[in-house]
Amino acid sequence: MKQSADPKAKASASSLTEKEERAAEKQRRKEEKARIKQEKYYTASQWQLMGRKLVKHKLAMGSAVLLIILYLFAAFANFIAPQGLEDYSSSASNMPPTPLHFVHEGEFIGPFIYRFEVERDEMRNKIFVEDTSTPYRLQFFVHGTSYKLFGLFETDLHLYGVDNSQLPPGQEPLQYMPFGADQLGRDLFSRILIGSQVSLTVPLLGTIISFVLALVIGGISGYYGGWIDTVIQRIVEVLSSFPTLPLWMALSAAIPAGIPVVQVYIWITLIMSLMGWTGLARTVRSRFLSLKKEDYVMAARLSGVSDMKIVAKHLVPGFMSYLIVNLTLGIPNMILGETSMSFLGLGMRAPATSWGVLLQECQNVSNIANCPWKLIPLVFVAVSILAFNFLGDGLRDAADPYK
Amino acid sequence: MDKLKFIAKRLLLAVITMFLISFVVFFVIQLPPGDFVDTLVTNMIAEGEKVSQAEIAALRELYGVDRPFLEQYFDWLGGILTGDWGTSFNFNENVLSIILEYLGPTMMLSIVTLIVQYVVSIPIGIYAAKHQYSVGDYALTLVGFIGMAIPHFLFAILLMYISYQLTGTAVMGLFPEGGIVDFASFLDFLKRLIIPIIVIGLGGTCSSIRSTRALMLDEQTRPYVLCTRAKGVKESTLTWKYELRAILNPTVSGLGGIIAGIFNGSTITAIVLLLPTLGPILLQALKTQDVYLSGGILLISATLVVIGTLISDLLLAVLDPRIQYIEETK
Repeated sequence: MKQSADPKAKASASSLTEKEERAAEKQRRKEEKARIKQEKYYTASQWQLMGRKLVKHKLAMGSAVLLIILYLFAAFANFIAPQGLEDYSSSASNMPPTPLHFVHEGEFIGPFIYRFEVERDEMRNKIFVEDTSTPYRLQFFVHGTSYKLFGLFETDLHLYGVDNSQLPPGQEPLQYMPFGADQLGRDLFSRILIGSQVSLTVPLLGTIISFVLALVIGGISGYYGGWIDTVIQRIVEVLSSFPTLPLWMALSAAIPAGIPVVQVYIWITLIMSLMGWTGLARTVRSRFLSLKKEDYVMAARLSGVSDMKIVAKHLVPGFMSYLIVNLTLGIPNMILGETSMSFLGLGMRAPATSWGVLLQECQNVSNIANCPWKLIPLVFVAVSILAFNFLGDGLRDAADPYK
Repeated sequence: MDKLKFIAKRLLLAVITMFLISFVVFFVIQLPPGDFVDTLVTNMIAEGEKVSQAEIAALRELYGVDRPFLEQYFDWLGGILTGDWGTSFNFNENVLSIILEYLGPTMMLSIVTLIVQYVVSIPIGIYAAKHQYSVGDYALTLVGFIGMAIPHFLFAILLMYISYQLTGTAVMGLFPEGGIVDFASFLDFLKRLIIPIIVIGLGGTCSSIRSTRALMLDEQTRPYVLCTRAKGVKESTLTWKYELRAILNPTVSGLGGIIAGIFNGSTITAIVLLLPTLGPILLQALKTQDVYLSGGILLISATLVVIGTLISDLLLAVLDPRIQYIEETK
């Protein structure tokens, strides 16, 4: 038997072919993968294409990550913020940002702060001087003001806090304030976080409401046409010929005084969305007008598909991506609206806070000159507006697959 | 004849819009709980006067706040049309005379801002389009984005802070003390004008730069541009004589929106910078429920936007006769 005569040679030959086979297999798999990828590209829905294009847009992705972080901070605001909404300390009034130290008397002991001594200069102005005798260390997961996480779980755990065990008796407990304190000695960082719960959610909710309004009203206007269209267009024109800000102010001033914070919040959201839908409704209408003349819509109508179904199944998906772009680009306006209203004292009211409420202390020049850290909420407003703008821009580029 | 018909149609539309706007304004100023008489009575009590129930009823009768909504509305509208805009109890004066007093500076500020906006944005937009993807273009794009994103009042606060740090004094208000009497005070007035104009105009200028750039880029691919260049016409002649004219129409048609933008900006900027315009008066009127004054100011600002849109429509029809025909075929 020839085959058994040279088993060694056969083994090596088979291993050789095996190797070749493996290589060929690898190659095949590679081709298969490429083919599947190609096929996936051809069969990808518009959303998948959009997602792929968006991922490549670095500025938009960076903005998206930043926004996710901001919203996570807002969601866990009470946990991250060492202070609650009602905490204050009279000794920390207008205190500058606390410097964070690591080395005490030449020895590394981890993050800690020194106590501020309040002194008066020759002009009788308050100045804060660090008392470098005792370090107060920062600790993670300390117990502080109790709060309800997500409004459900009662807890008093905070992400960080100062170890106040070495504090001389009769002293108010220390607080690490990275952004300084306001007039009432409240930690600005905590207040920015808690304020973001209002400033970042009002625009989202407002956008959703104005989106629904625009879709329904613009849709009716564009789909039915005729006198309904004329009436709706007139209303849109009237609302959009108001300069938005004065009208916002007038509507906000109509919020009854002394109602609970939650109701003020709902009112402001409604006012924002009431003004936001007009431009979007125009877009929806013009899209409806151009799409309803398409052959496939006529075909659907001839086959006896109901109006509602034509709108929901055949028309709206056709310009959904376009709408989402417009929605994203509309959010900055709402952030701006809420902040402006609160800044003017027509929006959120104490005890609630928002970025606009925090900026109220900046209306006075001498106040800013003495405490420039009070401008920090401004950075948050500008950054979130920019981030939404960049994200919207990226979405707009991604929504057009032919570019 | 066509032109007359077009103008008449536009005017009629503007009148209808104005009528609807007045209705919305009246509705909005009636929204706050309580009415004019309630506020009046609260004020009288605060001033130490004793008001009996009968007197309140008499006041209600006098001001007619018990009547149905529509009746009150037409009464108010009739007053507006005949020049009786109601009385502001903050100022104890006719609303119209207060508005006219503050309308001057408001209009002055708006018009100067508008002119600055166009003068700055069109050349910059053209430059950016002619040097697409150059360093200058990228820099302008970035500045434009940031400029559009910074809210007016934040920018006002920032500039106020910077000018305070640089000069040691905060420049507030619009007119120097004692008014404009000589050349020095006029210069002072111009200096005070700089910050408000930058603040109010920034957003609009930036978006205007973006749109001019986009329009100009579209124009670059047109056959006539190629043809003109092939014939050896100078680039500057091409830009300023041919392309500029082509992009002027869309620029003019945005006038209504730009005016609305300037009003938005100037309202809040004026409040921060304490300018003598309608903005701070409106805020005060709204906070104290001075309904006739706030209604009057809302009405006048919406009217100015409508007039701006009307002017831009008519201007467009003069600049580009095609518009009328497009209108008619619609």
